[in-house]
Amino acid sequence: MILEIDGLVKRYKGITAVDGISFSIREGICFGLLGQNGAGKTTTVEMLEDIITPTSGTILFKGRKRDRAFREKIGIQFQHTELLAFLTVDETLKTFSRFYKHPLPLAEIKQLCMLDTIGKQMNNKISGGQKQRLLLGLALLNAPDLLFLDEPSTGLDPQARQHMWKIIKGVKQQGKTIVLTTHYMEEAQTLCDEIIIMDHGKIIAQGSPTELIDQYCGEGQEPQNLETVFLNLTGRNLRE
Amino acid sequence: MNLKRMWAVFVSRNHEFFRDRAAFGWNFLFPFLIVAGFAVVFGNENQAQFKVGVFPLASQETAIQDLDLPQGFKETKYLDFVFFSDLDQGLDRLKHHKIDMLVENASQPWRYWISDSSPKGYVAEKIFRESAMPGAPLAKIMKKEKIHGTQIRYIDWLFPGILGMNMMFSALYGVGFVIVRYRKNGVLKRLKATPLTAFEYLTAQMLSRVFLLLFTVGMVWIGCDLTFSFHTEGSLLDVAVVFAMGSISLVSLGLLVASRGTSEEFANGVINFISWPMMFLSEVWFSLEGAPEWVQTIAGVLPLTRMLSGVRRIVNDGAVLADVMPDLLFLGAVSLVCLSLASWFFSWTE
Repeated sequence: MILEIDGLVKRYKGITAVDGISFSIREGICFGLLGQNGAGKTTTVEMLEDIITPTSGTILFKGRKRDRAFREKIGIQFQHTELLAFLTVDETLKTFSRFYKHPLPLAEIKQLCMLDTIGKQMNNKISGGQKQRLLLGLALLNAPDLLFLDEPSTGLDPQARQHMWKIIKGVKQQGKTIVLTTHYMEEAQTLCDEIIIMDHGKIIAQGSPTELIDQYCGEGQEPQNLETVFLNLTGRNLRE
Repeated sequence: MNLKRMWAVFVSRNHEFFRDRAAFGWNFLFPFLIVAGFAVVFGNENQAQFKVGVFPLASQETAIQDLDLPQGFKETKYLDFVFFSDLDQGLDRLKHHKIDMLVENASQPWRYWISDSSPKGYVAEKIFRESAMPGAPLAKIMKKEKIHGTQIRYIDWLFPGILGMNMMFSALYGVGFVIVRYRKNGVLKRLKATPLTAFEYLTAQMLSRVFLLLFTVGMVWIGCDLTFSFHTEGSLLDVAVVFAMGSISLVSLGLLVASRGTSEEFANGVINFISWPMMFLSEVWFSLEGAPEWVQTIAGVLPLTRMLSGVRRIVNDGAVLADVMPDLLFLGAVSLVCLSLASWFFSWTE
């Protein structure tokens, strides 16, 4: 197991965002976290990333507690991140590559994330899709063993999303482990090998997309896909 | 242009402002504190616009009416009389533009000194001469004396203050305000995801800003020197050392301000709260000579005061680093304390 999570809790003033969840993530798979807004998936991921500190519970990386070297072995693409506006794409990659001991050649990252043509552009001049590709490039700079992608295709047009999926599949083929959160059920069904669905800070379902569809889609219920599973589990009413 | 959208943004922005209690509070408290500060420094009923040194007087408690000076001069509004025990003490303050005019408290002819480069000294002299009895032969009752030694031009005294003030704003806003913005928009969070440590980040920020400050000061100094031909008694290298130490302490202060928080309005309020008293109490524009002792004590613990004191002593008096060592040590201590606290409190995300 690359990650083992046991009894993870995160409380903010009077609110329990994550309520004692436990699960493990196998090496080399794409692991999906699904849930409505406020279900606790971003909080969970940020605790796994060591960005926020859990209130209680343990997280083991390759069987050991995480230390400073953990950051050398992970890559993160956050849901909301700004970049320094007045750096070019090339300068940004170069700056971040200097944070790591063994960065990949920038040419390789640029080719993988299709950044070759925008290297000289300022960060504040690139499109949303280009920015997402750059953020993915930054997450991949150190050839991480574990890659966290928090809603990587949000706001992308269908072409850009397809392209993003292609890159993620390529990373997975290299044997990397990916932890993915998304609101797009199609994305989860396409990319993930294993999924947990969260609601009110708890895990309400876990399994492969096929297992979840088999288990939670009613007989004869159409369409037989992850979206139906999700709606059956979390309800069809809009939550404020 | 869509006015409806503009109005919606206007209202939402106002809501945001009023609901950020910290920023809202500062916006009220800050002007109050500034007004209070002015009231303390210029607390007399008649606001002192010109500072007149009088000697020889042992006690600061001497009544103005008891001075042996022209009655009209003593009754002139907006004059603040500061007493010195001897001529040397008075001349030292005059040379450093801490007072605008020096007058001997003696019978006629009244001897007086002004700095030829001081505009306020020129006006004070006019007032003094006009206050003599009408029709009296001025040459017999008043005698302008020369200041011995090199006179410090007003601009030579003022220039380090302006540079220092610029450095202060650049250090506080360029570091403090910007880091809070980076925290707010997620730049710091992205950096936290890398092996970069808080100490590395803060140190790099500090060094970068100190370099930029010194580069800027160097360029401004060269440009102004070419234009105004500044006279520097001491070594420029020593000046650079004091400026460097001052920059480090001011940037450290900026880092401390930026160590927590995501509200730019709050950061702005705190920076204002720190910078404006320094601007008024650190003798950037005018001397605190004659101000209450406790105000001068507060001024003495402000990093900008110590930096300007050190620089002016080198530039105006030809002091060397050993002479300004107390100022350097003070600036070093401020830097150490602020940097330690900033590292301790620093958060990438909160």
